[in-house]
Amino acid sequence: MDVLRIATAGSVDDGKSTLIGRLLYDTKSITKDKLEAVEASSKRKGLDFVDLSLLTDGLIAEREQGITIDVAHIYFATETRKYIIADTPGHVEYTRNMITGASNAEASIVLVDARNGVSEQTRRHLFISSLLELETVIVAVNKMDLVNFDESVFNTIKENVEGIAQKIGFKGSLHFIPLAAKYGDNVVTLSEKMPWYTDKPLLEYLENLPVHAKDENLPARFHVQSVIRPHSEEYHDFRGYAGKLVSGTIEVGQKVIALPSLRESTVKAIYSGYEKVTKAHAGESLNIELVDDIDISRGNTLVIEGAPYQQVSTFTAKLTWMSEQPLTAGRTFLLQHGVNRIKAKVLSFGHVIDMNTIEEKSEVREFKLNDIGEVGIKTAKPIFADLYHDNPHNGAFILIDEYSNNTVAVGFIESI
Amino acid sequence: MSEQKNIFPRELEHEAIYIIREVAAQFERPALLFSGGKDSITLVQLARKAFYPAKVPFPMLHIDTGHNFPETIEFRDWLAKESGMQLIVRYVQDSIDLGKVQEETGKYASRNMLQTVTLLDAIEELKFDACIGGARRDEEKARAKERIFSVRDDFGQWDAKKQRPELFDMLNGKINIGENVRVFPISNWTELDVWSYIKEDGIPIPSIYYSHEREIIERDGMYWPASPFLNTTEDEVPFKATVRFRTVGDMTCTAAVLSEAVTIDRIIEEIKEATISERGARIDDKRSEAAMEKRKQVGYF
Ligand SMILES: Nc1nc2c(ncn2[C@@H]2O[C@H](COP(=O)(O)OP(=O)(O)O)[C@@H](O)[C@H]2O)c(=O)[nH]1
Repeated sequence: MDVLRIATAGSVDDGKSTLIGRLLYDTKSITKDKLEAVEASSKRKGLDFVDLSLLTDGLIAEREQGITIDVAHIYFATETRKYIIADTPGHVEYTRNMITGASNAEASIVLVDARNGVSEQTRRHLFISSLLELETVIVAVNKMDLVNFDESVFNTIKENVEGIAQKIGFKGSLHFIPLAAKYGDNVVTLSEKMPWYTDKPLLEYLENLPVHAKDENLPARFHVQSVIRPHSEEYHDFRGYAGKLVSGTIEVGQKVIALPSLRESTVKAIYSGYEKVTKAHAGESLNIELVDDIDISRGNTLVIEGAPYQQVSTFTAKLTWMSEQPLTAGRTFLLQHGVNRIKAKVLSFGHVIDMNTIEEKSEVREFKLNDIGEVGIKTAKPIFADLYHDNPHNGAFILIDEYSNNTVAVGFIESI
Repeated sequence: MSEQKNIFPRELEHEAIYIIREVAAQFERPALLFSGGKDSITLVQLARKAFYPAKVPFPMLHIDTGHNFPETIEFRDWLAKESGMQLIVRYVQDSIDLGKVQEETGKYASRNMLQTVTLLDAIEELKFDACIGGARRDEEKARAKERIFSVRDDFGQWDAKKQRPELFDMLNGKINIGENVRVFPISNWTELDVWSYIKEDGIPIPSIYYSHEREIIERDGMYWPASPFLNTTEDEVPFKATVRFRTVGDMTCTAAVLSEAVTIDRIIEEIKEATISERGARIDDKRSEAAMEKRKQVGYF
């Protein structure tokens, strides 16, 4: 069974929690006691319906403030696939949470209230989807019941969103669905109230989205996490490289190059758990044995001989700053690319996007929390990275503050 | 019965193995917190696969409340031997004897809260900098937000607002002195995922997960295993029933479900038709809606 990871975002009260609750409910992913608890809470609040949004609201702090403050993960499954929803708040203060939630997603669902149309949040979420180069954005135009299920309202919103997507430069595919999440219209089954919408309901659309479609066809990148040496009688001379094939495929018998040593060897065996396999695929955790004893350690990368790769030490990247303390040029950090950590310096700033307006500001002196912009970076030693656009699994990095040890930024390599 | 197709999403296994390998590489003294339940048994399987054909390079730590099912202890000892992993046990009874904690009283008395103290002491004593646990985000609403690498301060506390962002699969386990990290490799698994993994990988589990006959009492609409550890009132008369356990904690806080499921296939079918969620069978969560989050803030696993 495959796994589809989705990010959701929207303004407060657009009906995101209701929609997710509806998906859980209609796919029978809620158990009786949870449903009873929600029914009881709804009653306590004096509601005359079961508020499905209560199924997803989490932390105490949130309940106090009445908003979602972090990334919440929600799970459900159909006969076809398992779904993981990363639900994030839409407010500008939580831009970093949105990026965190969307970083593992293949698609995002952006909610729009049919009465209000496009909002700042819609714009911001499209921008983030574009930054992360998500393949698919589904724009769910919700509360259609409150605009008499009027097709022209839906079409206007559609045109507006398409306009913004174009301006932002979103390259993935946009898909629009009119919904009334509260009543389940077009969520799992097509709504009789909107006969003018003849495309698929939301769930059916999700069921048919391809997953990891491109990863297999990218050049192979195997990130080495550790060296496995059993020191046992049975495996006396065994030396395997435990790691993750982040993209591409790799086969027994293929010639590989170890980076950065540039030493060559041939794949002798591939273990996936206890089993030996002849071919491995993107996303898998493996233990690879090579024919020759060459020096490879944590943070190294194996690539296939003959396939292109590049060595970089200065590059520009789009950076999202995630710390309360502003970033100034010239600061050094630990840069983590895959599992490899290296000292790096932020050299210069390009323009920064104001996440309130999604407008570019130039000549900035610092990056504030949630700012997204261009930076020049120099690493102490070369890394073997791809442009994020070419291979997202080998083109992103995080910055770690060496004093607080916190993760303070995420970057997407833009040019070398 | 018709042939059942495999439903476990292997992507979850690859993700968990990647995380466990990161723990071994990024920390000096990791440990696997073993509770005896199916989630921690799953962790042991994942850890073994992560380092195969080498041995798992860290020990398992069990906090023994003294109220465990005897089957759990027997299984624990067997698994330690079978896997070749080092087993370290620390006892809640010792914390009680040292006067660090006080036994609860009354009919809801359990040692579930007390084990936090024993755990934190063990972490300090053994200088563990990372503890791998089997918590899953789908178990409880507050857990839905926990990170894969969750940093705890000197007092084992968790601050929901100060969590590090986790981007893509890049895990940052750098910590300051005195801090340690709780790691949750199966964060993204559901109960059904765990069961289908156990089935499809043929992982042995303690017998109490399967239907069996035992003495139980009825309380608050749930069935509790009769044991010397459970304080009962006069009208709570034990009777025999055919039950199994969906989750395995202490005998004082793990409710049984009536079940005829003697095979994993039957268990999976039951889960699919579940009318009560797994944590619903644990009395400690029912104390209040925000119970779990409160306990997490004070260091409960
Ligand atoms: N009329 C109508 N109300 C809705 C719909 N979806 C959600 N709501 C209501 O809108 C309010 C906000 O919904 P909620 O799901 O909590 O929004 P969130 O803040 O985006 O998670 C609640 O009162 C819902 O019952 C819908 O399709 N139609």
